[in-house]
Amino acid sequence: MASQKLIYLDNNATTPCDPRVVEKMVPFFYDVPGNAASRSHPFGWQAEEAVDYAREQVANLIDVDPREIIFTSGATEADNLAIKGVYEMYARKGNHIITLKTEHSAVLDSCRKIEKLGGQVTYLDVERDGRVDLAKLEAAITEKTILISVMWANNETGVIQPMKEIGKICEKHGVLFMSDATQAVGKIPVDPKATGVHLMAFTAHKMYGPKGVGALFVNRKNPRVKVTAQMDGGGHERGMRSGTLNVPGIVGFGKAAELCGKEMEAEAKRLSALRDKLENAFKSQVEEVYVNGSVDHRMPHVANISFKHVEGEGLMMTFNQNIAVSSGSACTSASLEPSYVLIALGLGDDLAHSSLRFSLGRFTTDEEIDMTIGLISKGVQHMRDLSPIWEMYKDGVDLEAVEWSEH
Amino acid sequence: MAYSEKVLEHFKHPKNVGTLNKDDKNVGTGLVGAPECGDVMRLQIQVDDATGKITDAKFKTFGCGSAIASSSLATEWLKGKSVDEALAIDNMDIVEELALPPVKIHCSVLAEDAIKSAIKDYKDKQVNV
Repeated sequence: MASQKLIYLDNNATTPCDPRVVEKMVPFFYDVPGNAASRSHPFGWQAEEAVDYAREQVANLIDVDPREIIFTSGATEADNLAIKGVYEMYARKGNHIITLKTEHSAVLDSCRKIEKLGGQVTYLDVERDGRVDLAKLEAAITEKTILISVMWANNETGVIQPMKEIGKICEKHGVLFMSDATQAVGKIPVDPKATGVHLMAFTAHKMYGPKGVGALFVNRKNPRVKVTAQMDGGGHERGMRSGTLNVPGIVGFGKAAELCGKEMEAEAKRLSALRDKLENAFKSQVEEVYVNGSVDHRMPHVANISFKHVEGEGLMMTFNQNIAVSSGSACTSASLEPSYVLIALGLGDDLAHSSLRFSLGRFTTDEEIDMTIGLISKGVQHMRDLSPIWEMYKDGVDLEAVEWSEH
Repeated sequence: MAYSEKVLEHFKHPKNVGTLNKDDKNVGTGLVGAPECGDVMRLQIQVDDATGKITDAKFKTFGCGSAIASSSLATEWLKGKSVDEALAIDNMDIVEELALPPVKIHCSVLAEDAIKSAIKDYKDKQVNV
C-alpha cells in the first residue's frame, strides 16, 4: 500500500460511514445493550425506542409510514424477501414476474430460483441508453403477471429508469411494482408512494451508514401488500422478517437517512459538477473515450467510461495504488465474462472490457478529481503504448476484418 | 486480487515493448487472442540466419497485468535461444516464474501460443522464399 492516501471513487460498491452516524451507534454496543424485543425491562424499552426513532428517520427519507419499513440485513435480503415473498403470497393470482436483464444479481438470482420452483420470469432487454422500453414492458404483461421488478438506478451505469411511467403501467394492469432502489435512496429524491412502487429494497451502507442493515418498504394501503416471510423465527418485523434486530446498525441507518435527507440536494449538485468535470476532462484530453448509458437520466455521482483499445483491469493496475474504481472487464471477476450490464446496453465485448466505473461520494474532493484525471490519462497512455490493437487502429487497420484467434 | 512482485515489476517496466518489421524475412510475428476475450498478444522474434539464434524479441499486449507480464517475460526468455529451444518454453514455466494464480493461467497459455505462432511464421517464411 502506498503511503499516500488512496482516492476512493468506488462509492457504488459501498460508502464509508459518516462519523456522525458512527457516533450515534456507539452507545448501542454497550450502554444500551438490550434486545428491542425484550418487553419486560428498561434495556429492551430503550432499544425499542431507538429502533422506533430510526424507523421514522428511514421512513421520512422516502416519505412513507414507519410501519411500512421492514428492517433486514441488507438490500440483498430485502430483494429476496420481496420477490420470493410475493411469489409465495400471490401464488393463487399468478406465477409470472417481469424484470430487466440489467438488474442486480440479488434480483436476477431470486428470479432464477422462482423459475426452478415452477414460476415464469421474463427478463427484458434494455435500450442502448440502458432504459427499458415502456411499450415492450407493457407488452410482456400477461394474465399471470403478479410482479414487475425494476431497479431505480443501475449500480454500474447509474442509469435511472422511467419509474413513474412504469408505476402507471403497473397500476393499469393491477400488477405489483417492486424496485431495488439501493443506488438511488439517499442520493436523489425517491418517493415510492408518488411513483406507484409497492415494494422497495435499499440499504444503509450505500448512504454512509453501516454494513449489515437494510430495509424493505412494503406498501400498507391501496393496495395492502403482504409478503411471505423467508426467515422463520420469533415473528419480528410484523411477521415478515424474524431475527433479533440489529439495534446499533438500525440506529446508524436512521441517522444516515436523516443526514441524506438534509444534504442530498446540495450534495447532488456538488457531485454532478465534479463528475462532469472528470468526464469532460477525459473527453477532451484522451482519444476514443465513450460514456456508457444515458447521460440525461443518470445518477449525479456516477460515470461509466470506456477507454477504447485498453483493457480495464490492466488500466486499473496503472493507478490502483492511488485510486480505487471498478471495471466491467472480465478480468476483475473469476468468470472471465465482461459485465452483463454493459453487454445488455449493446456494447461490444471489447468496449465492455475497456470500461471503468467512477462513483463519487460525500468525501470526494475537487483536488482528488484533478489527481484522478491526471493519473488515469497517463495510465491510458501507458496501456495504449503497450497495446497492439491501438497500434493497428492508429495504422488504419480495420479491426473488424482481422481474424482473431478466439481462445 | 494481489499481484506478485514480479508481475508488478514487468507491468510497470515492461521489457522489449515495440514493433519489428513484420515484412522482414528474418522476423516471425505471432498475433494471438481476441479483443472480445479481453486479451491480445503480438510477439515478434528476429532470428540470425547464420547462428539460428533469436537475436531480438518484441511484444505489444492488450490485456490485464498478468497478460502483459507473461509476454514481457517471454520476450526476455526468447533472446539468445535457438528456435528449437524457444519451442520448448512451457506455459507452466511462466506460471511458476510469475506466481500466477489459477484464474490467470490462461495468460501464460496465450504467451506460449504467441511464441509458437511467431516461430511458425518465421519458419513459413524460410520455406516460401
